[in-house]
Amino acid sequence: MADNLGTSPDEVQFRFRDDEPVDHGTVTVDACREQTNATAVRIEPGDDARELLPYLDRLALVEINFPSFGDGRGYSAARILREAGYTGELRAVGDVLIDQLSHMRRCGFDAFAPDKPLDPDDAARAFATWENVYQRAADGRSTIAQLRHGAGE
Amino acid sequence: MYQYDQYDQAMVDARVAEFRDQARRRLEGKLTEDQFKPLRLMNGLYLQLHAYMLRVAIPYGTLNSTQMIALGDIADKYDRGYGHFTTRQNIQYNWIKLEDAADILADLAKVEMHAIQTSGNCIRNISSDHFAGAAHDELVDPRPYAELLRQWSSFHPEFTYLPRKFKIAVIAAEKDRAAMRLHDIGIQIVERDRKIGAAFYVGGGMGRTPMIAPLVRDFVPLDNLVTYAEACLRVYNRYGRRDNKYKARIKILVHELGAEEYTRQVEEEFAHLLSVGVEPPREELARIEPFFADPPFVDGPKQIDRSDPDFALWVDRNTHRHKHDSYVSAVISLKPVGGIPGDATGEQMRLMARLAKQYSFDELRVMHTQNVVLPHVRIADLHALWTALDEAGLGAPNMDTVEDIIACPGLDYCSLANARSIPLAQRISERFDASGKTSRLGELKVKISGCINACGHHHAGHIGILGVDKKGVENYQLSLGGSEAEDVSLAKITGPGFTEDGVIEAVEKVTDLYLAQRQDGERFLDTYRRIGMEPFKEALYG
Repeated sequence: MADNLGTSPDEVQFRFRDDEPVDHGTVTVDACREQTNATAVRIEPGDDARELLPYLDRLALVEINFPSFGDGRGYSAARILREAGYTGELRAVGDVLIDQLSHMRRCGFDAFAPDKPLDPDDAARAFATWENVYQRAADGRSTIAQLRHGAGE
Repeated sequence: MYQYDQYDQAMVDARVAEFRDQARRRLEGKLTEDQFKPLRLMNGLYLQLHAYMLRVAIPYGTLNSTQMIALGDIADKYDRGYGHFTTRQNIQYNWIKLEDAADILADLAKVEMHAIQTSGNCIRNISSDHFAGAAHDELVDPRPYAELLRQWSSFHPEFTYLPRKFKIAVIAAEKDRAAMRLHDIGIQIVERDRKIGAAFYVGGGMGRTPMIAPLVRDFVPLDNLVTYAEACLRVYNRYGRRDNKYKARIKILVHELGAEEYTRQVEEEFAHLLSVGVEPPREELARIEPFFADPPFVDGPKQIDRSDPDFALWVDRNTHRHKHDSYVSAVISLKPVGGIPGDATGEQMRLMARLAKQYSFDELRVMHTQNVVLPHVRIADLHALWTALDEAGLGAPNMDTVEDIIACPGLDYCSLANARSIPLAQRISERFDASGKTSRLGELKVKISGCINACGHHHAGHIGILGVDKKGVENYQLSLGGSEAEDVSLAKITGPGFTEDGVIEAVEKVTDLYLAQRQDGERFLDTYRRIGMEPFKEALYG
């Protein structure tokens, strides 16, 4: 995973995708529902991610904003979008810190645009924190329980 | 009891390495204190009045002698020779140096222990019945389910930055020994149509706004246990209040939405998550269960020789009926008269460990009442055990009496406290011991909190005491009629508060009234419930 670090446009520090990044700004969730051609949207902590479900096919970028790292609503928003089949870029923006990276990755984020750039070595270690995991999440990793019982990939 | 496999061990080892790295970045100035705080908190490290405090998790309160010895050794090596057992069945050390913290975590990891999620706005250590696997009245041992939930809740990627802390208790008896309905989620394992499942109570808690959890689902099939818990948490993570930390616990969400609407949202999320497939394979519970199988009990004497009156008193007060009639569970009181509730020295911890190895199949439990249990003691060994405990100052015969006080660390340690709790507990136990009233009062649960956050469970005390700050002077409010048990209720404040001396007098007065008014077999709580608050107010303020 960590090999992909640094292949991103300016504001995105880490990106785990090979497709071309969206090269224009995002709209709000409300605007997204009104503008039938919007392809990039930004979710704020109070927004209901499920309002985007009817439009997932046309979205190429969803930014989820973390105005403060302690507000964890964005983790649920990310998983909800992935559980609904969203395959576009899911970008964490805002107060994104080293120690949130591994959990964000597990919840389905595949791009990271921290307000303050992070130390790449620390980030690489953070992305690799967990050799195995206990829970099913949006990253599709086999859980420890699955590995124990031979049901892992 | 449960033993780590290579996966569990690797998770804990990874966490130690991660914390070392975080501490290094803090020291190098790459992390501000604001950024470091939630990270150290998720490893159980608090900054108190005088030093760092480290809280170590004891999952569902169960530990073996090797672990108890390690806890005693940590007390001697890194603290001042003692530790403090807590109401979450954990242990905390009050005099820790930041630079030692990673080494302590490494020492703990060697004995399959950790301090993960003992603090922070995440799912905390899961508590359970301290007599689990031993009690005569349980449906099944609740700990396999608690262990399944422990694994699910450890490093949960979605639920690490919740609005507020989150506490889960799991029981499997009608008798509630874990304050189940005063938890964010209380789970009771139940049987229906000859199948085992889980009743979910959600939105209880103490703190500033105490609430008793309403029933949200009366039966969750066992192979949906994790999925249902995940649904409960997701609704909370998305909609729990984040604008005010005092209104951020799930109890406020459930209260503001109403239990019915909260339940509707959970059920909707549950239906969705069933399609996602978050439940561990069923084989996992089957793998966990044998770790909690009965030890090899053998038949032996069933009668206790009561010729020694001191021993007989201890047996009456401090033992609990076991499911095997040649055994009992024995409570080691950490409430010596005049002592600090829940404290044990390193030497005492090692002694308890030795006795557990000798007399209790190598197993100990921490009670939420800040005592320790040897769950499986042969009746034939009971006198020898008591003798050894008594010699070490651990033989106080006072479980569930007025001397068995729950008290938070209070202003002696805690930076949140408004008043001291420990000296009050010490003085009350000394006074009632000296007057000989303890015996006459029978079961009487006194709980003391040094501030409104209610770590001393004062809302659930038959007699509750809350320390407040009144214009710079410590002042104590008295409340009556609480219970954390299956007859759960919240205590009510009697009226104006008291000075430290005054509140001790007040406890004396309400217990005198009880003794004068009680009918056959009534506990203090029963008399209070029958006659109501007025006579007590009259005795206090009339």
